[in-house]
Amino acid sequence: MATNRPRCPTAAFLLLLLLLYSENALHPTLASIEEGERREEFTEELLLKPLPDRKVLAHFHFQSSAPPSAANGRHHYIFPKAIAQLVRKFQIRELELSFTQGRWNYERWGGFDPVSIPNAKPTGVELWATFDVPLNEIDYTWKNLTHALSGLFCSSINFLESSAAYSTPSWGFHSNYSNLRYGALPREAVCTENLTPWLKLLPCRDKAGIASLLDRPSIYKSHYHSQRLKLISSKLVGIILEQTLSVVLQPSLRRNSPVSFNAGSLQPSWSVNSLFGKKVTGHCVLAKVSRIYFELEKKLASKVDELNPLNSWNNSVLELLEVPSREFRELDASNNPGSSLLYEFEVSISNESAPLNIGIHWKLPLIWSCPHAPFRVSRYLMGSGNERGSIAISLQSTQLHEWFLTTSDGCAVHVVIFQVVPWYVKVYYHTMHIFIDGKAHIISDVVRKIQISPSEDKLSPGSMELMLSLPCNIHSATIIVDFDKGFLHIDEYPPDANQGFDIPSALVTFPDFYLSRKYQLDDSMQYKSTLLSKFQESNSAKRYTEVLLVPLTTPDFSMPYNVITFTCTVLALYFGSMLNVLRRRVGQEERLSKSKGTSIF
Amino acid sequence: MALEEDQKPPVARKSRLIVRLGSFLVSHSFLVSVISCVAGCIALLMLPVLAKNTYVSENALMPGSANPIFSNYHVLEANRLVKDIYDKRLLEDTTGVEIVRLIRKHMEDVGAEVYYHTFNSHDIQFHPLHFFSSNLHSAALQNSSGCNLNCVCPVGIIRAPRGDGKESIVLVTPYNSENIKLNEALSLGLAYSVFSLLSRVEWLAKDIIWLAADSRCGEYASVASWLKDYHNPVFSSDSGKIGLDMCYENNIFHGEDQTTFDGGDYDDFRRAGTMAAAIVLKVVDNERNDGDRLDIYAEASNGQMPNLDLVNIVHYLAVHRHGLHVKVGSFGFLLRSALLRYLGEMLQRVTRLIQSLNPGWKVGINSIDFIEGTATLASSVYSQALGVPTGPHGAFRDFQIDAITMELSPRTSLTNENGISIFLLRGGRLVEGVIRSANNLLEKFHQSFFLYFLTAPDKFVSVGVYMIPFALLLTPLPVTAAALFSRSAAPRAKPSTSESWNWLHSAKLVFIVHAWALGVSLLPYPISKIPRTSPTTSMLAWVTLSLFLLLTLYPFVGNSNPRAGDYRWEIQKSVIISGRINRPEPHVNHQFLNCSDWINAACSNVPYC
Repeated sequence: MATNRPRCPTAAFLLLLLLLYSENALHPTLASIEEGERREEFTEELLLKPLPDRKVLAHFHFQSSAPPSAANGRHHYIFPKAIAQLVRKFQIRELELSFTQGRWNYERWGGFDPVSIPNAKPTGVELWATFDVPLNEIDYTWKNLTHALSGLFCSSINFLESSAAYSTPSWGFHSNYSNLRYGALPREAVCTENLTPWLKLLPCRDKAGIASLLDRPSIYKSHYHSQRLKLISSKLVGIILEQTLSVVLQPSLRRNSPVSFNAGSLQPSWSVNSLFGKKVTGHCVLAKVSRIYFELEKKLASKVDELNPLNSWNNSVLELLEVPSREFRELDASNNPGSSLLYEFEVSISNESAPLNIGIHWKLPLIWSCPHAPFRVSRYLMGSGNERGSIAISLQSTQLHEWFLTTSDGCAVHVVIFQVVPWYVKVYYHTMHIFIDGKAHIISDVVRKIQISPSEDKLSPGSMELMLSLPCNIHSATIIVDFDKGFLHIDEYPPDANQGFDIPSALVTFPDFYLSRKYQLDDSMQYKSTLLSKFQESNSAKRYTEVLLVPLTTPDFSMPYNVITFTCTVLALYFGSMLNVLRRRVGQEERLSKSKGTSIF
Repeated sequence: MALEEDQKPPVARKSRLIVRLGSFLVSHSFLVSVISCVAGCIALLMLPVLAKNTYVSENALMPGSANPIFSNYHVLEANRLVKDIYDKRLLEDTTGVEIVRLIRKHMEDVGAEVYYHTFNSHDIQFHPLHFFSSNLHSAALQNSSGCNLNCVCPVGIIRAPRGDGKESIVLVTPYNSENIKLNEALSLGLAYSVFSLLSRVEWLAKDIIWLAADSRCGEYASVASWLKDYHNPVFSSDSGKIGLDMCYENNIFHGEDQTTFDGGDYDDFRRAGTMAAAIVLKVVDNERNDGDRLDIYAEASNGQMPNLDLVNIVHYLAVHRHGLHVKVGSFGFLLRSALLRYLGEMLQRVTRLIQSLNPGWKVGINSIDFIEGTATLASSVYSQALGVPTGPHGAFRDFQIDAITMELSPRTSLTNENGISIFLLRGGRLVEGVIRSANNLLEKFHQSFFLYFLTAPDKFVSVGVYMIPFALLLTPLPVTAAALFSRSAAPRAKPSTSESWNWLHSAKLVFIVHAWALGVSLLPYPISKIPRTSPTTSMLAWVTLSLFLLLTLYPFVGNSNPRAGDYRWEIQKSVIISGRINRPEPHVNHQFLNCSDWINAACSNVPYC
């Protein structure tokens, strides 16, 4: 068995597990596998969270890790081989790929918490990567990588290959990277063909464990779903593969009854079964950690606390359908217990006969709001017509954020804007205007740092990295840049050219605002959770703007025929008259007519 | 032709064909003018006959391919809002705040993002096309004491689930918040029920914007002002808001935390990408009880039209799915015209005669169809030539958005509840179908015609056809000009030096007339700046100022040699006529007959009299 090694290590491992139950043989091989198992880890976690606008966020988090040097050459036990090969071949240091459909609603679903911000991605495909290769080889490696990923995930990521499609941000996207490449395809349609290869990277696929909840119709019926893959590789920790899927679902109601958003109506009750049509019936046996979390947001939890209930999960307002195995409180900045609540459910205790059906039953109508980002950001087009226009990025201060309350009057808040514009939208950066509270300001007063790489026709997109320093007490700031609409060659128009052309989402980062959340954990228990440790990482708050649709001049594609006939006619006329002029001798004709005239008279 | 050639001297035969043809046309200019004028008039009259049936050109629209979801439940919702509005109206009827708030609450209840678009009627920009038409906002200006100047339009946006937010479809319902009538309440109810339906459907790919336009400041003005703000940055510190707070002391438009489920619901301007299409929805009371009716208005400013496909899907859905009578604007007086009836009957007789000669030819002209077609075509030509939009949809076309006004009128009276319910069901399904079709469209409207005249809701004359009569009517101008010039040049083979510069005088005269016309056409703007003017007084001011301008310019004309009067006129005419032809106009139907054209026409006609 051991000598006749099958190709897929996972299959071999499963087979061996079977053997383990049947007979107690092959001890030396098993020992090595156990060693490998200890070093390669897989965790599966799911976070469920009721959202203020009667929807539910389900955030799946799967993490696989491989040790730095593969002990068994090129073979792995749990870690997907395809990814390991990818990392090895392209010397990837960090990579993030996301497939998203729908828009994250920052106002209603949360614009400032560690769950939503890293998982709120722009519509379509977004890919960025950093490499461990010499600078002059990065572009080449990136091109190969896009093709490899395109094949791996059945999508058109290979369109990011052309140099007009990706950009090299230096500090606007992530802090100082010279070897980062960033590309986005806003029009990419995301569907189950992208999910299936993504699921193949999981050791249990969607056959067991939490991933078995991933029912395709309910995922693709959701209001937002973003499927993400993040790779971190280094000599010290090896490869860490983080796969997340965030879905915002509308709990189904009685047929034809409206989702009423008014104050008096009850939030819809839901359970995992009603959301996904499935129940959790056991964990993936290969997973080290298999848990489901249920979160009550800060404002919701504090409203529940106000009622002074006996326990926070079964009271006069709400009732969880399953008894949680553990309960955590969030720790605020000074390490005191805050109000946000997290319930934990162990998946491993469930089985076919006793499935886990986590859900919530609302008893009283309750209204709460989610944490807001310091600024609301919107981007829109100005002007009309096919010749020129302007892009406006407008920041509206929410003034609700506690950061503003703690700081003094004369403070400044920093905002970093990163925007990539395709070459056919010719942005004139010298026309940039900044309006703060409706008054025009001089650029140099507001802009701390600026880096612009103008677009080159058909070669590279224009990118703008801008760091603004705005006074804290402002209400709104608007940045306006003018552009001209370029012409494309007839071959360069995509199908459905009359729809217009997309400008990918801009990214607005607030480096002064950090997102991190700590929970009251028992240190003695050696509690390990990859999801909760993700929450603890401090990321700066960021926000993607809308995708813009620029209508460009499009030719009438049946026009070439007309043009050909028209030009042929003109050419024929031209040649005819030209030849006529050339061969006619005017002097001679005049003389002839004169001589005739004299002869007549 | 051959006969003419034979009569010419042999020298002429030497010159080339095109020159001979030209000189033939010029020498017979009167005949040519008469023939082409008559042919042009005949072609113009034949336009209703030449009209083609409309067809949905863009396949992606797929009108009526899905069953409507709009049901009696939604009709009940609409009726409930209508009743609520009416109750509110009875409670207090001074400011209209209650109704605005009611609409906002309903928008919020279906989960839309809501904000108020406020604008000041002072902000409404001058528009030359509305100078003489007495518009509503001037009336509002007069009776206001500061508060009424602010017009408030609640705007709700439904974000499409899974949509990318790049495009949106706009639904507009004009209403008067101060003095709301039953028909306006019905249109609001209808729009609300469609809006609440759309907030729940899964097929939505484009965001839906519902703009309840306050018609106190004028339907067109409020839509235009909203569109202007949509395409420009809006700063919250603008003057409009301050005035609003002053007027409504209880701060109605802010606060009210308990209705918004997210505390940070800010009242700032929200956008939803590029607009793909817009529908203006109105309900009117119809006196003639001959079935539920739909009137389509499509003409935008300066003779621009929305894409024909938009008209087509509305017509297709209304007629073939929901059994409504569809009408487009037509001149009623032409329907009763005896001359037209006579013409129609003549045509009918002629076609019958042709048919009897050869049954294979399929030419069938019905005299009634002809009269109706002519009346509709005349109205279509009139509104395109006048360039004044026929409704609030005109504001959209200025931003290259295809828009249409749908005016629904029920068969029964508005108070008949049963009849109204059926009417609302039909209307709602129609609006849902149109929005669904526009939602299906991946690209913007581009497949079908933009330049056309409608002769019936399902018949149109395309630009290729209506150019023919226009070309025929324009032909006499160059021919006559050339003839005049050659006639004036011919008798004076050797003109004296002073006479050879006579054309300069003519050119000067033409220049002065043009300058006067320019002044006259620019006058309305400064006049409109004078406060408290009614349309009549501004009209009078315009006329007197124009006359004054003419008098001041008159001395510059100067009088030249009175002896050469006739000769001068001929040159004058040829200069003017050729000037009129040379003016480059992209499309004849856009050729707005401005003042200078009229003056030119008058000048060129004077010597004929």
